[in-house]
Amino acid sequence: MDSHIELPELQEQFETPEQQREVSTLGMWIFLVTEIMFFGGLFMAYTIYRRAFAGAFGLASNTMDVWLGAANTAVLICSSFTMVLAVRAAKIGSRKALIVFLILTILFGSVFLGIKAFEWNTKFVEHHVPGPTFHLEGASAGDQGPAQIFFSLYFTMTGLHALHMIIGEGLMLFLLWEAYAGRYSPSYYTPVDIGGLYWHFVDIIWIFLFPLLYLIARHQH
Amino acid sequence: MITEALQERETYLNASYGIKSWLLTKDHKRIALLYLHTITFFFFLGGIFATLIRLELLTPKGTLVSADTYSKLFTLHGVIMVFFFLIPSIPATLGNFFLPMMIGAKDLAFPRINLLSWYLLVIGGCFALYAMLAGGVDTGWTFYVPYSSNYSNTYVIATGLGIFIAGFSSILTGLNFIVTVHRMRAPGMTWFRLPLFVWSNYATALIQVLGTPVIAITLVLLICERTLHIGIFDPSRGGDPVLFQHLFWFYSHPAVYIMVLPGLGVISELVSVFAKKPVFGYKVVAFSSVAIAVLGFLVWGHHMFVSGQSVYAGLVFSFLSYFVAIPSAIKVFNWTATLHGGSISYATPMLYAFGFIGLFTVGGLTGLFVACLGVDVHVHDTYFVIAHFHYIMVGGTIMAYLGGLHYWWPKMSGRMYPEGWAKLSALVIYLGFNLTFFPQFILGYLGMPRRYWNYPEEFQVLHVMSTAGASVLAVGYLMPLIYFMWSLRYGPIAGPNPWGATGLEWRTSSPPPAHNFDETPVVTTEAYDYAALAAMEEAKVG
Repeated sequence: MDSHIELPELQEQFETPEQQREVSTLGMWIFLVTEIMFFGGLFMAYTIYRRAFAGAFGLASNTMDVWLGAANTAVLICSSFTMVLAVRAAKIGSRKALIVFLILTILFGSVFLGIKAFEWNTKFVEHHVPGPTFHLEGASAGDQGPAQIFFSLYFTMTGLHALHMIIGEGLMLFLLWEAYAGRYSPSYYTPVDIGGLYWHFVDIIWIFLFPLLYLIARHQH
Repeated sequence: MITEALQERETYLNASYGIKSWLLTKDHKRIALLYLHTITFFFFLGGIFATLIRLELLTPKGTLVSADTYSKLFTLHGVIMVFFFLIPSIPATLGNFFLPMMIGAKDLAFPRINLLSWYLLVIGGCFALYAMLAGGVDTGWTFYVPYSSNYSNTYVIATGLGIFIAGFSSILTGLNFIVTVHRMRAPGMTWFRLPLFVWSNYATALIQVLGTPVIAITLVLLICERTLHIGIFDPSRGGDPVLFQHLFWFYSHPAVYIMVLPGLGVISELVSVFAKKPVFGYKVVAFSSVAIAVLGFLVWGHHMFVSGQSVYAGLVFSFLSYFVAIPSAIKVFNWTATLHGGSISYATPMLYAFGFIGLFTVGGLTGLFVACLGVDVHVHDTYFVIAHFHYIMVGGTIMAYLGGLHYWWPKMSGRMYPEGWAKLSALVIYLGFNLTFFPQFILGYLGMPRRYWNYPEEFQVLHVMSTAGASVLAVGYLMPLIYFMWSLRYGPIAGPNPWGATGLEWRTSSPPPAHNFDETPVVTTEAYDYAALAAMEEAKVG
């Protein structure tokens, strides 16, 4: 078979398919660097306030349901695993396996978002949303303010993370659609590859969020 | 019909017609022109605000506008000029057009993302325009909390969203440039054969990619604070307003280098071609761009000497700030060394380059004053600071932008601008600029604070000089607008290489064909090798 049959995917600015693939992958890596800087601002704010208000942050952190957080961590690690298998399936040209693993990845992602939504709801029920009705049991009057900052950071960080998850789910649906239409082959599966990079990145953000928000003061229990 | 079509050479301008062929184009050259129109609009809009500011300051008491309106004027002037003109200016127009051509590529690595980034700038601009028309915003372009989060009763959110969206435009341009320089170079175009304009845009792109996400998250937090009162910057709940300043300046100081680094690259090109000599110390000049990009991330605290950061932080930031002077001085010295013994032509772009070198030097040296802890306590928030950064941004970046625009205009349009008028406008801009901003150094040193709409009577003479200079400057800026448009129809035909320059962009026809080169160029010489160019021309004639 002439390899030029694969060339319809080659965009006009490129000389070779390898160049096109390298460009896409490098582009995604650089995009992920910008994401690190984006979340970095929040991590810095967290670090500063955690140092300034260690007591209030510990108390607030102890209200988190560590088992739900742990379950979500497990779910996301599973989704990363199925994503890796999806990329491998695309690489070896198994359309059926690719579709199955993409569906599994989407399902794990949805479970994560479901648990997250449940947790957010709990915060509203327990008056842990920053604002006039905020109250954290066991915290002194002086700690109520800093505890609100903890929950503000909690909502901003997990909210932005969830937004990235939702975008990731959209990407996976797109990949699923394309895979179903048979667009990917061992010689062209770049979108699956870079979609995977994005998905793993979003998982890694959570791997940092989980200890920072759920585990920092466990030993005080 | 057929003979007519054959006679008309196909260029990127006539490859296709109609509004759709422009609004949906993936050609980096057309996108550069879209940017050119957009930022020209924003430049003159920001200029109108500047004019109103200068008119108000003609007299010691408020005469033209109210204090509230004045606050909105300087805020909108800053927001429009910084985020919608200066940051996209050179990279998005000249960089977009010439970076791919200079490295021998057919286009940027991601043409569709390139178009998307233009749309993001326009959408962001629409938010800013909405905020302006709805009633303006009065926080200053720095949006310091708690005023912006709790007290200002103006359109902070719309403006913030506009900047947030325009920020992604900047990020995507930077991302595109980095990938393009890494992966799209023509055969033989090694890293140390890249024109210095490419190096400086590459360094700029690094800052765009690393810095801009931080202002994005800062604006998200500001908008959350203002709408949901999340308390992150609210002292009543333990939040720290100074944290906002840290986050803001972590981007906004490097952003100064986003604005000026591409200009430094333009000047390297101009100095070389109009002295007909390779740039002295090419590698050092190339690395000095990267050094400025890196150092730029380590000095943000010098904006906060009087904001309540610790004395030790102030000491360290002051110390590090001086280091920026080293790569900046390297550039100025190397340009001067390049000129030494060169056969210098005084064409318009070179006049702008001379203007740039002088004004950038003044701006840079006064930067040492404000980087110095003790002196800064005296001149902080005065017109001294205003004059300092206008020498860098207007005297530096806009001079370089106009110099570059004149230099590459024949390539972009295929026609020459009128040299006499252009020289006159360069002179008018130079004189008008100095008359506008030099008195502001003295004003600031004497104690005139920034952002005030009235002032003691003894300052009036200097303010009148400044306003007079601003009128001269306005005339200077309007002249190129007119004669560039004139030249599109009546300018002399330029030919492929009117300046005898060495860059690959001059090896193709003017205006270039849609895919830049009829065949991919192969690079065999170093950058700025005029001897090799002469030999090649001779071989062609022979």
